[in-house]
Amino acid sequence: MSNILDGLKYSKTHEWVSDDDGLISLGLTDFAQEELGDIVFVNLPEEGDSIVAGEAFADVESVKAVSDVYSPVTGVVAQINEELLDNPALINEAPYDAWFVKVSDVEDSEDLLTAGEYADFCKSEKE
Amino acid sequence: MKLLFEISSSGRRQSLLPDCDVNEYKFDPSLLRSEAPRLPEISEVDLDRHYTELAGETFGVNSGFYPLGSCTMKYNPKVNEELASLRGFTGIHPLQPESTVKGSLEVMGRTQAMLCEITGMDKMTLQPAAGAHGEYTGLLLIRNYHRDRGELGRRTKIIVPESAHGTNPASAVMAGFTVVSVPSNAQGGVDLDALRAAVGDDTAGLMLTNPNTLGLFDPGILEITKIIHDAGGLCYYDGANLNAVMGHARPGDMGFDCVHVNLHKTFSTPHGGGGPGSGPVGCKSFLAKYLPSPEIVETADGYGFSEAENSMGKVRSFYGNFLVVVRAFAYMLTLGRQGIPEASENAVLNANYMMRKLAPAYKIAYDAQCMHEFVMDIGPLKDEVGVNAMDIAKRLLDFGIHPPTMYFPLIVHEALMIEPTETESKETLDRACEVLLEIFKEAKENPELLHSAPNDCSISRPDEVNAARNPVLKYIFE
Repeated sequence: MSNILDGLKYSKTHEWVSDDDGLISLGLTDFAQEELGDIVFVNLPEEGDSIVAGEAFADVESVKAVSDVYSPVTGVVAQINEELLDNPALINEAPYDAWFVKVSDVEDSEDLLTAGEYADFCKSEKE
Repeated sequence: MKLLFEISSSGRRQSLLPDCDVNEYKFDPSLLRSEAPRLPEISEVDLDRHYTELAGETFGVNSGFYPLGSCTMKYNPKVNEELASLRGFTGIHPLQPESTVKGSLEVMGRTQAMLCEITGMDKMTLQPAAGAHGEYTGLLLIRNYHRDRGELGRRTKIIVPESAHGTNPASAVMAGFTVVSVPSNAQGGVDLDALRAAVGDDTAGLMLTNPNTLGLFDPGILEITKIIHDAGGLCYYDGANLNAVMGHARPGDMGFDCVHVNLHKTFSTPHGGGGPGSGPVGCKSFLAKYLPSPEIVETADGYGFSEAENSMGKVRSFYGNFLVVVRAFAYMLTLGRQGIPEASENAVLNANYMMRKLAPAYKIAYDAQCMHEFVMDIGPLKDEVGVNAMDIAKRLLDFGIHPPTMYFPLIVHEALMIEPTETESKETLDRACEVLLEIFKEAKENPELLHSAPNDCSISRPDEVNAARNPVLKYIFE
């Protein structure tokens, strides 16, 4: 069973969302990194880019496939995690530490799941 | 096996060149290198053996069964090679005067006409060098169309179903559009309600493969193209799976405005190993003025070049991969009007035959009559015994069978996509099914055997992750 942290919010496209005083961090869940397998490449937006809820803002490449990473929020990219560009394995090793971007000026957000709801959702995806 | 650098021995040489008997030309010393390049030093016989050994390590359609889904790895008939090696085709230069290459122009003109007939298009260009290059060219047609109507500013979106080839969204972005993905319905076709919700006055067009990557012909195809046209967009047909319908159904009759075909798939020219490929693009007459130039046209004086005023210009140097076109022309003449539809009938029959033989063991992703290919879902096996699609693909290597396409289409997570093509005999299909059923049994009885596969090949499992993260792209001298 993949690890799901209490206190974070989750999207149905398997991103986690954390709110640190209005700055929103986005990353991929443990479930997502397990499904993708070893990640070998990450594409991140640039600081200052606008991102839109429901649209791709980054992509990750595993040996199997390239997959989009969707933003659950609309806002502006305030910071990107440059460490991921050099070491994408961090996403596999510690998915909840491997934030992709921090977003400011958040205008809109999708309806997000709690840890419990996300656990149920992952279970249904497996079936 | 060893690399050329590793078998190099200082001072060893091949055939000696005769002494120079013309005046030497002295280059400006600034253009000369100061030290010799570190090239391997090898005798001719060792070099010959090295490449012969390498050739033995490769696997092609002439080595064995190669059911790589959506790639149509059909056999490449030798008669194509024979015709493409005629001096009249190989000995010409692209800058030669038109009047001296009339025969080659006729091959191009008649190939275009036959491809138009097969696809239901009015005009064709042979310039694009591959499928994705064709997609890009087709999207430029769509772009030019909206530009001339003054609507390019707002028509920025290309709709792509989620079962599409990965090249479709990539080509759309390359051509300056943004991509809108629409989901599939429960039968594996395009979800019509989702499509209706996705179109609007920002729709530039749709890119669709039909049959799609699940090997299913979309029964809603006429409604799909109507929805796009009613919204003011154009429809692009990705010809990757044309082998399933050639001679039976034409993209032009399904409502498509432009298409590409893959000569290296459907028309039996070499695929893989550098091909080279060829992705001719056809369109309806209202888009023809934008096609790449020069066009090949039929005149009173045989075939010749023509430059169209509104052309998008060149998309490839000269006239595309001409000798590939000669091979495809030979193929179409060999099969003829009866053979072309028969080839696709056999491709569909072969796929259904394999699917039915495998269905008692493997889960078929969308269990309906398929076209030229089908997708197996290894998910249940993975959940039960921990064997995934990769393990099965690797185990096939031990039996001398090239693995099918894996992990595609993305909507089936543990996908194995099998396309046998029409060129395989019943005996070959029977053996492939026996092997796959045997592997299914092994998976249940001895999953470890599959995790470690291939067990009988010269290398087992290369470290793909390390190769992708830390690629070594040149020889490193000690």
